[in-house]
Amino acid sequence: MEPATAASNWGVAIILLPLAGALLAFLFRRAATRIGIGAAVATSLAAAALARTVIRDGTMHHAVGGWGAPLGIDLRADGLSVLMLIMTATVGLAISLYAPAYFRGESRKPEQFWPLWLFLWTGLNALFLSADIFNLYVTLELLGLAAVALTALSGRADALTGAMRYLLATLLGSLAYLLGVALLYHGFGSVDIAVLAERVEATPVVWTALGLMCAGLLLKTALFPLHFWLPPAHSSAPVPVSALLSALVVKASFYILLRLWLEIFAPLVGDGVGELLGLLGAGAVLWGSIQALRQTRLKMLIAYSTVAQLGYFFLAFPLAVAAGVTAWSAAAYLALSHALAKAAMFLAAGNLIRFGGHDRIADLDRVVQRLPLTVGAFALAGVSSMGLPPSGGFIGKWLLLEAAIAQGRWDLVGVMFLGGLLVAAYIFKVLGYAFTQANVLHESRAVPASMEWAALLLAIGAILLGFMASPVLALLGVGDPFNAVETMG
Amino acid sequence: MNWSTWIPLMVVTSSLLPGLIIFGLAEDKVRLRTVLNLVGALVKVALVGLMFWGVMHGHHYETRLTLLPDLDLVLRAGPLSLLFVALSAGLWLVTTVYAIGYLEGSPHRSRFFGFFSLCVTATVGVALAGNLITFLIFYELLTLATYPLVVHRGTEVARRAGKTYLAYTIFGGALLMLGTVWLYTLTGTLEFTPRGFLAGLGDEHRLALTAIFVLLIAGLGVKAALVPFHGWLPQAMVAPAPVSALLHAVAVVKAGAFGIVRVVYDVFGVEFSEGLGVTKPLVWLAAFTIIYGSLRALFQDDLKRRLAFSTVSQVSYIALGVAIAGPIAAIGGMVHLVHQGLMKITLFFCAGNLAETLGIHQVSEMSGVGRRMPWTMAAFTVGAFGMIGAPPIAGFVSKWHLGLGALDKGQDWVVLVLAGSSLLNAAYFLPILYVAWFREPPDTWPEERDFGQKETALALLLPPLLTAAMAVGAGLLASLPFSPLAWAKLIAEREFYLP
Repeated sequence: MEPATAASNWGVAIILLPLAGALLAFLFRRAATRIGIGAAVATSLAAAALARTVIRDGTMHHAVGGWGAPLGIDLRADGLSVLMLIMTATVGLAISLYAPAYFRGESRKPEQFWPLWLFLWTGLNALFLSADIFNLYVTLELLGLAAVALTALSGRADALTGAMRYLLATLLGSLAYLLGVALLYHGFGSVDIAVLAERVEATPVVWTALGLMCAGLLLKTALFPLHFWLPPAHSSAPVPVSALLSALVVKASFYILLRLWLEIFAPLVGDGVGELLGLLGAGAVLWGSIQALRQTRLKMLIAYSTVAQLGYFFLAFPLAVAAGVTAWSAAAYLALSHALAKAAMFLAAGNLIRFGGHDRIADLDRVVQRLPLTVGAFALAGVSSMGLPPSGGFIGKWLLLEAAIAQGRWDLVGVMFLGGLLVAAYIFKVLGYAFTQANVLHESRAVPASMEWAALLLAIGAILLGFMASPVLALLGVGDPFNAVETMG
Repeated sequence: MNWSTWIPLMVVTSSLLPGLIIFGLAEDKVRLRTVLNLVGALVKVALVGLMFWGVMHGHHYETRLTLLPDLDLVLRAGPLSLLFVALSAGLWLVTTVYAIGYLEGSPHRSRFFGFFSLCVTATVGVALAGNLITFLIFYELLTLATYPLVVHRGTEVARRAGKTYLAYTIFGGALLMLGTVWLYTLTGTLEFTPRGFLAGLGDEHRLALTAIFVLLIAGLGVKAALVPFHGWLPQAMVAPAPVSALLHAVAVVKAGAFGIVRVVYDVFGVEFSEGLGVTKPLVWLAAFTIIYGSLRALFQDDLKRRLAFSTVSQVSYIALGVAIAGPIAAIGGMVHLVHQGLMKITLFFCAGNLAETLGIHQVSEMSGVGRRMPWTMAAFTVGAFGMIGAPPIAGFVSKWHLGLGALDKGQDWVVLVLAGSSLLNAAYFLPILYVAWFREPPDTWPEERDFGQKETALALLLPPLLTAAMAVGAGLLASLPFSPLAWAKLIAEREFYLP
């Protein structure tokens, strides 16, 4: 048995804490909210502690129970994992601050929400720490089921339809991924990423496996044109759930894809597949943005905006061939900023719905004066989504543009240019109506302060990311997750 | 670590901080809000004064924060920065006083003054930016901070105007960002350098550099309202008068014009630009905009719209002076940055006074208004004659140097443009003056408010009188040290044509 280091302890804690919280919240239903908040705070602190030790000591490796690969479960935390864990903790904490007020007064909702949400958080943390493709499958499946259950939480007809579509998509995606895992295990006798990376070669079996895994993950990430399930699911779920689906859950499957790409796929597949992913990404950026612009309902607009923003991450694939570190850093930075900004947007939308009883954009009715914090949150999150400075989105877009121009990829430059303008168009469409008076007057309900502040703090976080490029990029360098490709490619 | 590394940052935060606090203030905290506004404005003026003194004595003020691993956020006070910072800080103080008077009793003032402060913060950041990425950041921030001011009234017209404003400025910002990133991939630096930082690039980059120049100038031209990017400016007139004043004299259009100066002199370098063959087309474009704006102004009956088209024309003097690419013309362009600011803000203050006191919005409603509001119209007259270029008002000094500079570089035709523009200026300003001073006043004004013995509120009257006096002073005392002209000459010596 290797000695347990501080980092390993925190790595295990970050999985066990939300799991324990989920079980306790399930058992002691009347205290579910209090247990949930406690678990959220504890998990976030553990994430911060893990980040500190990883920054100080480098990549964490931990063999659960002392059984290393190929028999046991390996946990690994390098810079990329830690960034994702921190992202999850930040958004998770804000959602946990928001949810109690949101569900207050509804009889059974809190006791259903907290166990599922903490369970989902467990799945996310375990996923970001997993170092083998089977373990990734297990966490992905747990995550998907928890997410579907959360989507259906309200029990309304549209939510059930959305959840059903989501369930089919997520099961199909996992199944495809699992088939790929089985093929690889059969062929090479291991599920450990590092081991596979050494053993795989370009045979038809490997190609089939990679195709299946890719397709499954793309479906789960809702990359255009496989995004059909996302808008109905994300827009019909309860607001805290929409926020965590859009901000975190789609990132999980993207993360797996990125890991596999970096360590197993990229050396094998050549440039063609990367080009294809880039093309789909470009389609997502344009199609998602145009759809968002056409929406008359705020939650649908935000959901389509997610479809568009996911596309940006995939623009990094063709660019990574010649500018690996810049392109991947850009994608990671965009993913992080998007998580904060998109969660803030959904929470802000939730406040507007609570306030006016509807989310029709044209009838927002002077909310800029009546809910300034919420509109401020939406605006700041919008600034980051547009890629305007100062914000995390700006840094990400700058890096991505830099990589594209340096390689003379004017097609991708054009997509980013147009995409940015379209985001501005749909964000300011909402903000413009926030200033004007509606034709029909609505009764308004008060919005609890915690809901307004949760949205605003997340949005401010997205803005502050614009000034934190150096530490974040330094963190991404820990364990060198991106350089591997550059040397081989 | 000493004071001088933090002063530029303090200049920026002196309006940022009050602005953020004001956002959180309740609507009825009038006194606290006024105090915050004025303290911020005074502190900024004082800090700028300190930097002026320091730069004269050879001190160096620079704040440098890390933004990306090899790109910094730089705020630096050179002579050129100070020219624009001084203009912004000074006119912000005056406009704040005016805005407090103008908006007395109207709703949503905390929001207004919050964004007003952010707007000035962005402008000062644009002025102090020490490299192109810092410039870009504040330039975009300016777009975002002015939008809520344009749609402030919350009417359907305001919303549409805001939409037009954004359609132009966001597009311009995107062009500017594209050009900036492209430039960075070629050079690996974005630091503003006297005579530019591109001289080391070989001939194979000529095409790319020309494209970058076009992108940057187009992106900046949107805010500077160069034809064909001027469409937003007349529409943005729905904003309250202090906003129009600020948009036209200090913040938005000047940020664009100032950016053009930066790009030509400190990014490309004037000799390099000339060699690239990009300055000639810019001269033509600026000359065309000057004539076009004046022609359009002739046909506007709405007073603010007429002034808006006049701005389109006048701001291009700055681009013209820069693009002629000679020292004397550059001085003319530089000094016009300040002079146009002083004159145009006077005119907008006066237009605001007419609207606020008598409900006058059209030129045709102005008969005899000089008898009812003599002080306001006196200030207006000074501004108008200044725009026409009559000595001894500041506008004359600008035009004189521009003309001399053009002759110096053998571009004689520019003098004709200047003369034509002056004639047109006279053609759209003199009728206003005639109507206002020599026609009989009507029996009732459209919407009169009573101010007792005075013609209007003191907070509305003093700012235009002060800026009009400054416009005269800048012209009369042009040869003294510390006049805008003297400072523009110092810029040309120290920054543009450094041996």
